[in-house]
Amino acid sequence: MLNYTIRRLLISIPTLLFISLVIFLLLDLAPGDPMSSIPLTVPPEVKEKMREALGLGEPVHIRFLNWLYQFFVVEPQVAWDHLFGTDFAEGKQRIISFQSRSPVMTVVAERMPQTLWVVGPSYVIGILIALPIGIISAYKQYSWFDQIGTFISMIGFSIPTFFSGVLLIVVFSVILQWFPSIYDTTHTVTDWGSFWYQVKQMIMPVSVLALYNAAQISRFMRASMLDNLNQDYVRTARAKGMSEKVVVLSHVLRNSMIPVVTVIALGVPTIFGGAIITEQVFQVNGLGQMLITAIYASDAPMVQTLTFIFAVLIVLFNLIADILYGILDPRIRYD
Amino acid sequence: MNFKTVLMGAVAGIAMAPAAFAERGADGHVNIIYWQAPSTMNPYLSGGTKELEVASLVLEPLARYDETGAMVPFLAESVPTVENGGVSADLKTITWKLKEGLKWSDGSDLTSADVKFSWEYCTSEGGGCAQSEKYNDVESVETPDDLTIVVHFAVAKPFPYGPFVGAQAPIIQKAQFADCTGPAMASCTDQNFAPIGTGPFVVDEFKTNDVVSMSANPNYRDPMKPAFATATVKGGGDAAAAGRAVLETGEFDYAWNLQLAPDVLADMESKGKGHLEVSFGTLVERIMVNYTDPDPALGEERATAAHPHPILSDKAVRQALSMAIDRELLVEIGYGAAGKVTCNVLPAPAIYASTANDACMTQDIEGAKALLESAGWVDSDGDGIREKDGKKLALLFQSSTNAVRQDFQAIIKQWWEEIGVQTELRNIDSSVFFGGDAGSPDTFQKFFADVEMYANNFDGTDPEAYMANWECKQAPRPETQWQGNNMPRYCTPEFDALVAEMAKTGELEKRAELAKAMNDMLMQDYAIIPLVYRGRVSAASNTLGGVIMNSWDSELWNAADWYREK
Repeated sequence: MLNYTIRRLLISIPTLLFISLVIFLLLDLAPGDPMSSIPLTVPPEVKEKMREALGLGEPVHIRFLNWLYQFFVVEPQVAWDHLFGTDFAEGKQRIISFQSRSPVMTVVAERMPQTLWVVGPSYVIGILIALPIGIISAYKQYSWFDQIGTFISMIGFSIPTFFSGVLLIVVFSVILQWFPSIYDTTHTVTDWGSFWYQVKQMIMPVSVLALYNAAQISRFMRASMLDNLNQDYVRTARAKGMSEKVVVLSHVLRNSMIPVVTVIALGVPTIFGGAIITEQVFQVNGLGQMLITAIYASDAPMVQTLTFIFAVLIVLFNLIADILYGILDPRIRYD
Repeated sequence: MNFKTVLMGAVAGIAMAPAAFAERGADGHVNIIYWQAPSTMNPYLSGGTKELEVASLVLEPLARYDETGAMVPFLAESVPTVENGGVSADLKTITWKLKEGLKWSDGSDLTSADVKFSWEYCTSEGGGCAQSEKYNDVESVETPDDLTIVVHFAVAKPFPYGPFVGAQAPIIQKAQFADCTGPAMASCTDQNFAPIGTGPFVVDEFKTNDVVSMSANPNYRDPMKPAFATATVKGGGDAAAAGRAVLETGEFDYAWNLQLAPDVLADMESKGKGHLEVSFGTLVERIMVNYTDPDPALGEERATAAHPHPILSDKAVRQALSMAIDRELLVEIGYGAAGKVTCNVLPAPAIYASTANDACMTQDIEGAKALLESAGWVDSDGDGIREKDGKKLALLFQSSTNAVRQDFQAIIKQWWEEIGVQTELRNIDSSVFFGGDAGSPDTFQKFFADVEMYANNFDGTDPEAYMANWECKQAPRPETQWQGNNMPRYCTPEFDALVAEMAKTGELEKRAELAKAMNDMLMQDYAIIPLVYRGRVSAASNTLGGVIMNSWDSELWNAADWYREK
């Protein structure tokens, strides 16, 4: 297993380099210009000077190598310096956002908690809701519980978050005035009162996302349970006189979890990716909102860095999913 | 304009301000929402409106424009003019005097050295200062004493109020930014995110593209102001969410730039929590008519003066296109209270606004048909499209992607087809259309179409540079890397002569006459078809007092005077 993991990690290096090159070239070829949001009253000569100051005058390969150096050498050094108080990165050029002219990684670090606070709980809550629903729905197939569960997950699947989010705002913020419609990212939890405010401002975005996540995972869980419930080993377990609880929860569930765990693990990078639409609707301003504003502003270094971080996470969680497979199913061995 | 009256007006305004101001910070917290969040607090690094306006809470220029477009001194004692001796007779020197006893928010003194440094900072080589145009032609800046600044221009400047005036050219602190000139401009993140200023607020925390937390400036020049102890400028979401937060839920006090459908806004306003603030600057939504042939077959010479447009070179066609448009209907569907019908490309300030072209206010489909008929454009084959000498009256109409613009395109297409002009519509993502990338065929400068629609305005109140946009030499073409503002490629010696004359005329009345003449020339040649005079719309809560909406400077220009309605 260790061998396999190391081999996979090594293979992922050229993969990631290739991904970063593709992202870079795509961004470079894409139409759009970081100066397009500057008002027309700023004359073209000034815009040209600004473009030069952004380093856009350099040829493509130089800019790509610069970015690689900054991402893999300078940024880790900065992180190291930050942790241990050294000064390796002193005076070195970091990856700078076109929009704010500030280091991209600083902004990522600033945004990460905001995203994790909202998207993380919604994922956990989604899973916690989805698993029991999936299990019961499959065990009591076509019962009223299954019908209602199917109906709710269809709603979760088919109603886009920009609709459900605005609907919640209209009902709970505008009409009932229970929750704030705009998320306060500067809010800090210091006592019970402020904790309660944090819960209040999280309720709407978290429930919108949790519904969406739960809908997907519960369907996987149900389908996977149904596959296993009709297997011979289940009949054998029952014939041996085991209680239904043991049959369902330890025999069937363990086998059914294999594909579901993959789905859950592969979904984890999307937590870090943030929820672009939900973040916009509730002004959570996490990584998703940052990515979309960067795309609109043609802020190539920001988009490049963020998408590359997502790529790393996806490759990593693919590996984790594969390893979990081996742990859950003793028949699967990689060596 | 007589600046003395303006000054007296300002003084009277202050005297009449309600007695609600108890003392600094008495009114608690104010919540402002800018749905496009500011990405930096340094306006010299970003030309964007959102950054300029939010930064104006902290950084101040020597003088600003008030809501009527008149200049009001902020850091300066008074606005220098030729009459009061502040501007030299040859129009090459302007002398500013700072108010006495001004302090930065960190407690140090504001001196003329800071003012001079602001100029050096923006014009330093390799920095890419977004506002360097404001310092055009400045030859040197002298500081004979701590309060006096003498700006020398290389040429005579009839309007010498570019440097250090308006939200675009504020004064920054020399001590803070001394090491941040030239290529180092971008790397000074701490300074750019929290500049030390003289304005009513101080940055406590800046999260880029997210939120700015501020508190009252302890060293603000008026000890009673600002009334608010703290302020938050929140960003993110869209205009609808921002409008909702002020007008429907009342969570926020002020929402900037609500570009929403008129009925949506009216519905929000009817909830009674707040009201809309509208003000008109110089923004005009217009259709540009291409005088040159955009035919792809022409290769390198496509859309250049070498090939006049086969259809649009005929003035009758251009005029008919304008006559067929019902501008009142456009205002109603697109902008509501935030728009007015206009027949000028230069709609304001009042002294520059011409009334010679007002005939365009009413739609005249029959007149347009008759005009085309008499010019020889007839529909001989009965397909509903007019033709002349084998050329069909068919146009490609492009614009940027934007819901209102696409509505406009569709409805204008309908009117034009009514008069026998076939219209094909096209919309281009605004980051490409306005991007100015010489390699892209889709920019508004290249104008590879027959007509195009967008909006433009000018900073401040002086139209000289704006009217010079339609000089011959401003036409985008391969030699200029397709840069320039003369999209129609309008080119007449008469117009160029007027531009040259305005550049050396100092008298305000004369300048107004010249600007009007230029506007009328463009309008009567139908090189530009103006559609809607657009205002800025923002929303303010009913509990927020003192808001004076301003289109000539930052909307937050008088935030020091804001207070909580009791």
